[in-house]
Amino acid sequence: MFEAIAFYLFAFLTISMFYIVVTTQQALYALTALAAGMIFISAFFFILGADFLGAVQIIVYTGAVMALYAFGMMFFDTTRDVKEKQGNKFIIVGLSTLSAVLVVLIVSAPIVSDNIVALYPVVDGIGNTQEVGVVLFTKYLIPFEVAAVMLLVAMVAGIVLAGKKMDLSLTLMNDAEIRELNEEKNKKELS
Amino acid sequence: MMEIGLSHYLVLSTILFAIGLVGVMKRKNLLLLFFSTEILLNSVNIAFAAISHYYGDLTGQMFAFFVIAIAASEVAVGLGLLIVWHKRHNNIDLDTMSSMKG
Amino acid sequence: MELFLYTALFAPFVGSLFAAIFGASPKTIIAGIIPSILLGVSLLSSTVLLVHVLSTGEAVHVEMMTWMHTGNLYIPFGFLVDQVSVTMMMVVTVVSTVVHVYAIGYMSHDKAFNRFFAWLSAFVFSMMILVMSDNFAGLFIGWEGVGVCSWALIGFWYHKESATWAANEAFIMNRIADLGMLIGIFLVYWNTGTLQYHEAFEAMKHLDTGILTTIGIFLFIGAMGKSAQFPLHTWLADAMEGPTPVSALIHAATMVTAGVYLVVRSNELYSLIPNVGLFIASLGAFVAVFAATMALVNRDIKRVIAYSTLSQLGYMFAAAGLGAYWVALFHLMAHAFFKALLFLGGGNVMHAMSDELDPFKMGGLGKTMKATMILMTLASVALAGLFPLAGFFSKDMILEAAFSEHHFIIYTVLLFTAGLTAFYSFRIIALIFHGEDRHTALGFHPHEAYPFMIKAMIPLAILAAIAGFARPYYFDMVIAVLPETEYHIHSAMTYWTMTIGTQLFVIAAIYFAYKKYMSSDIKVPDGTSEMENSFKYKLLINQYYIPYFYEEFLVKPYRALSRVFWKDIDMKIVDGTVDGIANIIYNTGENTRGMQSGNLSTMLKWMVAGLVILLSLAVIFGLTVKYSGV
Repeated sequence: MFEAIAFYLFAFLTISMFYIVVTTQQALYALTALAAGMIFISAFFFILGADFLGAVQIIVYTGAVMALYAFGMMFFDTTRDVKEKQGNKFIIVGLSTLSAVLVVLIVSAPIVSDNIVALYPVVDGIGNTQEVGVVLFTKYLIPFEVAAVMLLVAMVAGIVLAGKKMDLSLTLMNDAEIRELNEEKNKKELS
Repeated sequence: MMEIGLSHYLVLSTILFAIGLVGVMKRKNLLLLFFSTEILLNSVNIAFAAISHYYGDLTGQMFAFFVIAIAASEVAVGLGLLIVWHKRHNNIDLDTMSSMKG
Repeated sequence: MELFLYTALFAPFVGSLFAAIFGASPKTIIAGIIPSILLGVSLLSSTVLLVHVLSTGEAVHVEMMTWMHTGNLYIPFGFLVDQVSVTMMMVVTVVSTVVHVYAIGYMSHDKAFNRFFAWLSAFVFSMMILVMSDNFAGLFIGWEGVGVCSWALIGFWYHKESATWAANEAFIMNRIADLGMLIGIFLVYWNTGTLQYHEAFEAMKHLDTGILTTIGIFLFIGAMGKSAQFPLHTWLADAMEGPTPVSALIHAATMVTAGVYLVVRSNELYSLIPNVGLFIASLGAFVAVFAATMALVNRDIKRVIAYSTLSQLGYMFAAAGLGAYWVALFHLMAHAFFKALLFLGGGNVMHAMSDELDPFKMGGLGKTMKATMILMTLASVALAGLFPLAGFFSKDMILEAAFSEHHFIIYTVLLFTAGLTAFYSFRIIALIFHGEDRHTALGFHPHEAYPFMIKAMIPLAILAAIAGFARPYYFDMVIAVLPETEYHIHSAMTYWTMTIGTQLFVIAAIYFAYKKYMSSDIKVPDGTSEMENSFKYKLLINQYYIPYFYEEFLVKPYRALSRVFWKDIDMKIVDGTVDGIANIIYNTGENTRGMQSGNLSTMLKWMVAGLVILLSLAVIFGLTVKYSGV
């Protein structure tokens, strides 16, 4: 019974949060609603017994990704309303509804689902985190390493794209040069 | 109704996916478009986790992990590009970005 | 002997090619002399062949090469020189040689001198193929060849609208008749399995009369076109637009006689179907009198001579239709000589009068053009059929044949036509050469033609005079292949009454013509006299309004129909369909170009739309798999 209450409660919350993200005119509201939605999704993971996944969701998504978005938001003037030219509402809503209905039709038809065989079955008794660790570092090792490389690449890309004055390296200059640099900057600002 | 089965989670995932689609199609501001993309990815994660739970298979959770990793790196690169564009054009409205008009 | 056959056949072809080399160059006399010499060579070869056939009675038959050998169809390029073909060959080569020499003088001031000789020799070559071929296919090749060459020669002065029109009319009318001939040839092949004369006629003896009648009718339709029988006759008078040597060669002696040759060659067929023969004879008699009436009032000397050709062709068909094939061929030969002579004389007169053709504007030319007058009078006497010239022997034979076969209507018509013939021929002679001098007042200064041209015409005159006496020798030769029909009139009294009576009738007509047209008060008619406005005159001078009828009821509707086919069907429907398909593809591309707007939002919407389509396909596919029995 608790499961049902939790499910419906969090379902309601998630849907309303994401609805706000999609329809609001204020960028800051959208950001906040998105963060809230992420947290509520992690609740689902906990209900489903995927403890590690739920924790990762909070740390990575809500913590890192939303923080990244928040830093990105600093570049823009967030007090203004986001002005958007309206597209044709009917097309948008119609297409989405149609796709939703079709997907539900597909997944509710028990064609594939009767024949599913578990590849990496859950073993009772051991905690979820341990299980995930075992499978991740043995069966999924290569994707894990590749994902690590990919994250490194993303990080470097992010720095290169957003950085300024990348050709100067403050750590390799001695004190005299740094003072010169500051004086030039002051002169420019004064004049 | 009381008994939550796989189909409940899948319906929920579909609804969230549809909301994400609405956002993707509707939003003209590039940053808010990224937000909608995040919604899509999250809805898929719910579906994976649900299937994994109801079939007793850990593959679903593994997949969800990797989806989270990829989403994170995508955000990093995407925001970097967004910032470069903003510096150059001072405007991130989609309607102004049509130099690929064919 | 084969050597002579090939020489006779190909010498004109070599002459034509030689002249054609100079086709685009200015006039050079050698382009006229060499073809004439080569034609003389052909004439000599034909004479050798004639002597051979006369003395040995054997035909020369060669097969040069195979043309088609597919399945059961075997058609060779084969040539046969038998008594009938050697007669035709002699006629063609004699008249052609004379005309070629004459034309060197006649066309001497023409810029396209070389082209003329190329086409003229090509025509002779086609005619030789026609008469020397031993199967229907070769005949048809020659048939079409003479059609093309006559088109080129009638429309020789192609800058003149009237000449090109006349050339097209001749060719198209011939083509219409050729359709009938082709159907006849197809029927011959279909029923007998071969196109060789000898074998086809052998096989025809066993066929049923209905089929034979059909074949005979269709082949005769082809002959009608070439020999200008009613109703395909209008082209012959209009063909006088061509130069006079062309009229002399083609429309007097050779091409128009091809139809008669066809009927004579197919005599074995026509003997089996006497009903068709009777029809041919009746039509021939009708044409004879029909053409003679139109010649009575005409004011163009070449047209009068053309109508007289038409009339004499009617005589030939009448003879052939009655079964007197050798008589028809004999008349063909005699007619060729005197008609060509008449045309060439007319050419002299035309040249002298700077191409004026109305005899009412001439008069008294006998003083300045003595030689031409003598030659033309000789030819007209031969045409009228007075003893002892050639026309008497041939024409009288035809009248006898009609009488003795008890076709009295045909006899009367032909007799009446003989009178008319004499009248209109001498009308022209009287108007041109005798009477008062009307031409000096109108500003003409005539002079006689070059002496060598007159000398070229003399052989024809001699032949026109003496050819009649060759009749018995001719008869002995030709009955080897043609039915031997002698015509006996039962009593000598009837015979002599007929002959003398005919002669007297003809002489009376000549006297009447001279009296009427030599009087001193002949004026140039200017449309006001009572005679000119009478109904009879109008009917005759407009050729019974037949050309008008053709123009209004055949040519104009056909042209309108063609325009409908062109504008509405071809341009709108056919072109429209093709262009429409192209336009559809183009417009589809234009309209779907809008999808690439460069706007990310739009593209995302398209992406979701594509997703929806794929999902629905998945649903449909899944449902069909589930419910289709698996």
